[in-house]
Amino acid sequence: MDGMNPDVKAERKALIEEVLSAYPEKTAKKRARHLNVYDEGKPDCGVKSNIKSAPGVMTIRGCAYAGSKGVVFGPLKDMVHISHGPVGCGQYSWSQRRNYYTGTTGVDTFVTMQITSDFQERDIVFGGDKKLEKVIDEIHAMFPLNKGVSIQSECPVGLIGDDIEAVAKKKAKEHGKLVVPVRCEGFRGVSQSLGHHIANDAVRDWMLGKGKSKEFETTPYDVVVIGDYNIGGDAWASRILLEDMGLRVIGLWSGDATLAEIERGNKGKLNLIHCYRSMNYICRHMEEQYNIPWMEYNFFGPTQIAKSLRAIAEKFDDKIKAGAERVIAKYQPLADAVLAKYKPRLQGRKAMLYVGGLRPRHVADAYGDLGIDIIGTGYEFAHSDDYQRTAHYIKDATLVYDDVTDYELEKFIDKMRPDLVGSGIKEKYSTQKMGVPFRQLHSWDYSGPYHGYDGFAVFARDMDMAINSPVWALNKAPWKAA
Amino acid sequence: MPQTALKIKDHIDLFNDPEYLEIFKRKREQFEDMPDAEEVAKQADYINTMEYREKNFAREALVINPAKACQPVGAAYCAAGFEGTLAFTHGSLGCAAYFRSHLSRHFKEPSAMVCSAMTEDAAVFGGLNNMVEGLANAYALYKPKMIAVHTSCIAEVIGDDLNSFIIQSRDKGSIPTDFPVAYAHTPSFVGSHIVGYDNMMKSILSNFWEGKDRKAGNGVNIIGGFDGYGVANAREIKDIIAAMGADATLLSDVSDIYDTPADGSYRMYDGGTPLEAVTKALDAKATISLQEWCSGKTLDFAKDKGQEVASFNYPMGLGATDDFLMKLSALTGKAIPESIAKDRGRLVDAIEDSLSWIHGKSFSIYGDPDFVYGMTRFILELGGEPAHLLSTNGGNDWEEKMKALLASSPFGASGQVWKGKDLWHMRSLLATEPSDYLIGSSYGKYLEKDTGVPLIRIGFPIFDRHHHHRFPTMFYKGGLRVLVTILDKIFDTIDEKTKVTGISYDLTR
Repeated sequence: MDGMNPDVKAERKALIEEVLSAYPEKTAKKRARHLNVYDEGKPDCGVKSNIKSAPGVMTIRGCAYAGSKGVVFGPLKDMVHISHGPVGCGQYSWSQRRNYYTGTTGVDTFVTMQITSDFQERDIVFGGDKKLEKVIDEIHAMFPLNKGVSIQSECPVGLIGDDIEAVAKKKAKEHGKLVVPVRCEGFRGVSQSLGHHIANDAVRDWMLGKGKSKEFETTPYDVVVIGDYNIGGDAWASRILLEDMGLRVIGLWSGDATLAEIERGNKGKLNLIHCYRSMNYICRHMEEQYNIPWMEYNFFGPTQIAKSLRAIAEKFDDKIKAGAERVIAKYQPLADAVLAKYKPRLQGRKAMLYVGGLRPRHVADAYGDLGIDIIGTGYEFAHSDDYQRTAHYIKDATLVYDDVTDYELEKFIDKMRPDLVGSGIKEKYSTQKMGVPFRQLHSWDYSGPYHGYDGFAVFARDMDMAINSPVWALNKAPWKAA
Repeated sequence: MPQTALKIKDHIDLFNDPEYLEIFKRKREQFEDMPDAEEVAKQADYINTMEYREKNFAREALVINPAKACQPVGAAYCAAGFEGTLAFTHGSLGCAAYFRSHLSRHFKEPSAMVCSAMTEDAAVFGGLNNMVEGLANAYALYKPKMIAVHTSCIAEVIGDDLNSFIIQSRDKGSIPTDFPVAYAHTPSFVGSHIVGYDNMMKSILSNFWEGKDRKAGNGVNIIGGFDGYGVANAREIKDIIAAMGADATLLSDVSDIYDTPADGSYRMYDGGTPLEAVTKALDAKATISLQEWCSGKTLDFAKDKGQEVASFNYPMGLGATDDFLMKLSALTGKAIPESIAKDRGRLVDAIEDSLSWIHGKSFSIYGDPDFVYGMTRFILELGGEPAHLLSTNGGNDWEEKMKALLASSPFGASGQVWKGKDLWHMRSLLATEPSDYLIGSSYGKYLEKDTGVPLIRIGFPIFDRHHHHRFPTMFYKGGLRVLVTILDKIFDTIDEKTKVTGISYDLTR
């Protein structure tokens, strides 16, 4: 492929310079390293990442607690997750990730509940361990069918020197049920990302290979799916394909997951990871400790789905390979019909993305399937390995922005005028005010699933409804237009 | 295969398809290791019993589904109502992300806020450098007219001194020496978002009032308090002020910032109380608050400055609005005009037209203390019977005042007041002593699902219905809107119930 018109590149480079000129010198220098125009053929995106955000710039990032409670632990349905500390963190994250699950909430499952130790001043002054003990006792009294408890630490816990590990051990013994202490205080690390890592470590140390997992009978077709949080039912729209091709999904982390599925995570023949950023750590651990291979896959859009199904099947025998082909053949007519319906309406449109640690690259080909070009992309909390993985998804001259600030994003959108922006709730309304269509790509904007073939149909419908809504042509009063 | 390109099914329909139901079943049987169905059914019944309720009310440490947020979000809301003001969280970076999301999900509007992005090193050495750099960046990038600093946990636990940090930031040239920076310590482990509102309001007034001489005038300041309907209620209060021709200033006016138009440009700042008016507000004769428990410290401060003060409890409906208007009239010396009397008459008219559908129905209500008080008072006027009245952030004085309110009307006889309780307590109350209806925020949808008591969505936050905040809840006109909201739910519930047989499924009601 020929490179993009050099004028476009120069224009985008000038745009970066323009944006940087608004900052105080020191911050401009810092931010410059996070912004780049991609040169085709380069092995990475040419930006620095996973670095502390500058104060005062309106970063879009969240914290370690959000990474642990919000992302990794929150969806795990038969355990009770304590937001340990003051009321706010649990309140703002209550039921916001849309991790669907089956179960009787408040009886055997607890995902859409806000469980907190609601720290008061005395807990800060005298320490929160005594209260935590009581909280755990009361959880067992209120919810006797729970399979265990996790302690999701908020900022004060780590600052006042509480010993939640000691409480966890004591209470696990007393009640005969698992208690997992997680040190995910929001001040740790530079974003959600360290929270994912800490949560992975907690899974490794307190859960993996424990419980009844030793008795579990395995088959040669067992896989564990890792890093699918079942947002809007994503994991179900993925599971249907894997089961259909003949695999047995013995655990799915952590969307709609139970403790038993986490504990037997080391029993698969292969670990399949979707969200690499949030759960690669545990895959690497299982590879080292148990010799379980792992592979990344991508269930966004028919091109990547078919590619992934075949790549997964390659790791198994002919039965599974035939299964993959059967599944692709079964769903290809659906994919073709969806493309026939929407591609003509979307062909040639341009989109900009800014999401967490996976989707800024993983959804690129799903947009490509629909004929939509990605002209800018970036991550809240990616590391350099994510930007390397991004390089082959994006085209020459794509604008890349790491840990973008509200100021930068607004300017980029305003100057580049994409036909669609995919980002989060904090970016949604300001973008729409500018007259630019928007879809939330964290929560799927209350839609979904977007994974799998069933999900791609929803994805295509949603992008079309955002871009082709009649309202965008009406946002100027006729007497003011022109 | 459930999906077709012709009519695409999303999560709402897709997962009811037999193919997916089969997957759920297989997953449950083979992989989940969940308790068996009988055990689950037994526990599901048990949590609806009086015995469980007693256990539930014996909780001393565990909080489940509280109806309150933390101080800083209230502080940020308060700051957003001032001209060109940028809220600044001194704390970890996740806090501001949460506050912004929370406000955006309710108002369906952008919510700008910066943070000082404190991390582990700041926890050890303090957040001074974060403040110095943060103020410089925020000032350069976002060009505010004022920055309003509040704190989150980390800064409070390690004891950062905002005043000193801001002085040092000025010395280091982060911001001009005369640039207004208000600051409030807003620990999340004290009080709730309503206390944060109060703290920020007091800090903004202090910033403009301290060190200045007060020349007592005839104006009146009005404080709205933290309010999910602040947009429309601010417009109502301004209409009332204009209709009376009163010299009155609304302090923290969020009517523009949380309701900006879509016309091609994003307004990070819009409207708000002019900073000049905040300075002048020192000279006012009086400061009155529409929400007592959102403004205790602020009113004490105004009183210290020599102003008269008065507070109300979310004035909604007839009596409470009457009280407010007469007070405003007395303080400003302006008569209540005929146009307002007509609005009153229209609300009375509407209540008379609809009374038979509300009279004698019981209503449980939860939310912020002032809201629950104001809502209860209005229900009493409608001939409804308040049942369980719960405020997670309501205290002893609230409880006392609520009991006095209930005692003031024969319709209040069966009302029970629950201070400091959460929505899991409310679940037990509704399961064992159900009311006909429930009034509160979107969180109540889980109560509606579990207990079958229909939820009337009035409160904060409203996440799952759109644009309610664009309509008022306070005063006569707000009362009308609230009345209609209640009636719609009542009629919908009756239609739901009667459409099964068709008997009583009436065209005209």
